[in-house]
Amino acid sequence: MSPVSPFTTRSATALANERLQRALADVPGGFVAGRARAKAALPEFEALRRTGRDIKDHALAHLDLYLEEFERNATAAGSIVHWASTAAEACDIVLGICRETGARLVTKSKSMVSEEIGLNAKLEAGGLEVVETDLGEYVIQLRGETPSHLIAPVIHLSTADIAEDFLRHHDHLPPDRDTSSPAVLIAEARGILRPKFLAADVGITGANLLVAKTGSAIVVTNEGNADLTLTLPRVHIVVTSIEKVVPTLDDAWALLRLLARSATGQEITAYTTLVTGPRRDGDPDGPEECHVVLVDNGRSELLGSGMREVLRCIRCGACMNHCPVYCSVGGHAYGSIYAGPIGAVLSPALVGVQEAGELAQVSTFCGRCEQVCPVEIPLVGLMRQWREVAFGEPGDGRSKLLLRVWAFLAQRPRLYHAAARMGTAALRAFARGRGTVSRHPLAEAWTRYRDLPTPQGETFQARWARRQREPTP
Amino acid sequence: MTTQSQRPRVGLFVTCLIDILRPSVGFAAVRLLEAAGCDVEVPAAQTCCGQPAYNSGDRDTARALALQTIAAFDGFDYVVAPSGSCAAMLKVHYPRLLADDAEAAARAVSFAERVHELVSFLVDVRKLTALPGTFSGRVAYHDGCSGLRELGIKRQPRELLGRLPGTELVEMAETERCCGFGGLFCVKYPDISNAMVSRKTANIMAAEPELLLAGDLGCLINIAGKLAREGSRVGCRHVAEVLAGETAEPPIAQTSAP
Repeated sequence: MSPVSPFTTRSATALANERLQRALADVPGGFVAGRARAKAALPEFEALRRTGRDIKDHALAHLDLYLEEFERNATAAGSIVHWASTAAEACDIVLGICRETGARLVTKSKSMVSEEIGLNAKLEAGGLEVVETDLGEYVIQLRGETPSHLIAPVIHLSTADIAEDFLRHHDHLPPDRDTSSPAVLIAEARGILRPKFLAADVGITGANLLVAKTGSAIVVTNEGNADLTLTLPRVHIVVTSIEKVVPTLDDAWALLRLLARSATGQEITAYTTLVTGPRRDGDPDGPEECHVVLVDNGRSELLGSGMREVLRCIRCGACMNHCPVYCSVGGHAYGSIYAGPIGAVLSPALVGVQEAGELAQVSTFCGRCEQVCPVEIPLVGLMRQWREVAFGEPGDGRSKLLLRVWAFLAQRPRLYHAAARMGTAALRAFARGRGTVSRHPLAEAWTRYRDLPTPQGETFQARWARRQREPTP
Repeated sequence: MTTQSQRPRVGLFVTCLIDILRPSVGFAAVRLLEAAGCDVEVPAAQTCCGQPAYNSGDRDTARALALQTIAAFDGFDYVVAPSGSCAAMLKVHYPRLLADDAEAAARAVSFAERVHELVSFLVDVRKLTALPGTFSGRVAYHDGCSGLRELGIKRQPRELLGRLPGTELVEMAETERCCGFGGLFCVKYPDISNAMVSRKTANIMAAEPELLLAGDLGCLINIAGKLAREGSRVGCRHVAEVLAGETAEPPIAQTSAP
């Protein structure tokens, strides 16, 4: 037997976790139904997907130019633009800014790039207190976990799970307080986060999009926490990745229309904020300094590979919500910051095929992800490309050997049909006249959960050949 | 009546699973194609469409099998497969697989134009209305992923089933959701595959059909194998068996007809 893979181990745990399974059961009724309603309400939705694809393809084809244009215009607006080629470099830049500021407390709104580069750990090791202010991310931080979904970091948890976390961590509050509903839990978190917003020295956000023409970063949330994070502290740092840039505001609006509908089924997110530099003279509020850290971390390499389409992603999470594998095991089983179909094609590029190549194997290629992707990323084809990379790697002896034997036969029709006849006869002998086999030593992975249908008799080819020889009456 | 000279020559792509497990589906396909006025031949030089290699990342083997299959069906007016998955491989993926060799690519494209999945061929190309089958009862139809999403097959099987007097088609919940077969996926990740097929069988049993039909034997052996393990009385058949009246054999994974 081949050794059990880390994914298999994690997914077995996930499948056995009843609470997780109950939480995942809500995905179809929530996000999937929401997207379907939003799509139905917008007749041009499919055309808009093609527009979104074209905008991203154009921006990616001229990424160098648009990034330089962004830098020029952001700088002109008073932002300081930093370039980071690796995760470590990005963390160093952010930590350096915090140190120069003399910061002790950092608030953060949700940012997948900061998760990707491991920013919180780096800042905490540098002596800073870091507080996540997105409710889901706040819970994740309390639990010491990573988000299990792009836009719903605690989709793997129930209200009861979160209540337990709050009772454990918020030990300055009376232990017998009401924690029974989302509303009271939200109020409790708000009570804790509000002073943090006010006391923070640095606020860190991500960016959903960067606009080259205006030098703006666009941040969308449904909680408004990003706005408190980026307006209240003295310094605002945007940590984002290079593929987020689009040429114009019009391009950005088209993508935002797709993003909200594909993610939650909303027409637009509750808060859509454009950040164009720090506070200007006469502004009533806003930070004194605004930094934008542009992270590459493997993306340039993807850009020059045959998998550029991965970089179209606008992080809506629709591919996850519609993925029967993701909905069976949840995000943590993937063992990667990016889970689901997009994780399967992005993670091997970010952390290597040795580490994350298996994620591209964990798909039936049902194609539902491609069908809902707002920027038409050919996710199945890209997963297949990663499988081709993995197939070229050494190792994985047994399944590759079986595939080679099969390939040898399949390319020799006479031999193949003879082998099919023998295999059929052997399986029928094993079944001893029953219609199914409930245990078979060579098909344990199948018969563990299902019966194996017995062949009806001779192969079709054998019967057909005989029928051709004997004229029908 | 069509005259002999007008009858198109159809090459049947049998598919591995039908060849080995359920030849009656192949004969049902032949009967339907003949009813639709076609002359059917079955080239012996065919084996597998190459999908297991293609989806395992073994592009070289997939290309070799693509070329072998294209050669085996040289000269036919149409190539018809009683499987959305195999037909999509032939029709959608062969041209992609052979795209970087101009000569092979041209052959793949002209081949792909002649390839059809059985039921969509009967409805869209041959406009078949008079069916050999006479089934009556309550049936549900499972949309196989490749046929549905790569070939757009959704309406055609329902249209033909609607032509069988006495056949009541019920739509189950999540009919477009993958059953968890996925070729080698089901044996590489049996636990996840099981979770997926269990959800499928729950939706099937909630719809209470007599028969569960589909156009792909891969989905069907997965679903039927699970239903049998769960002790369900719902039978599973390839849609061609019912349309052709080839129902002498018991349903998939059952020993005797219900």
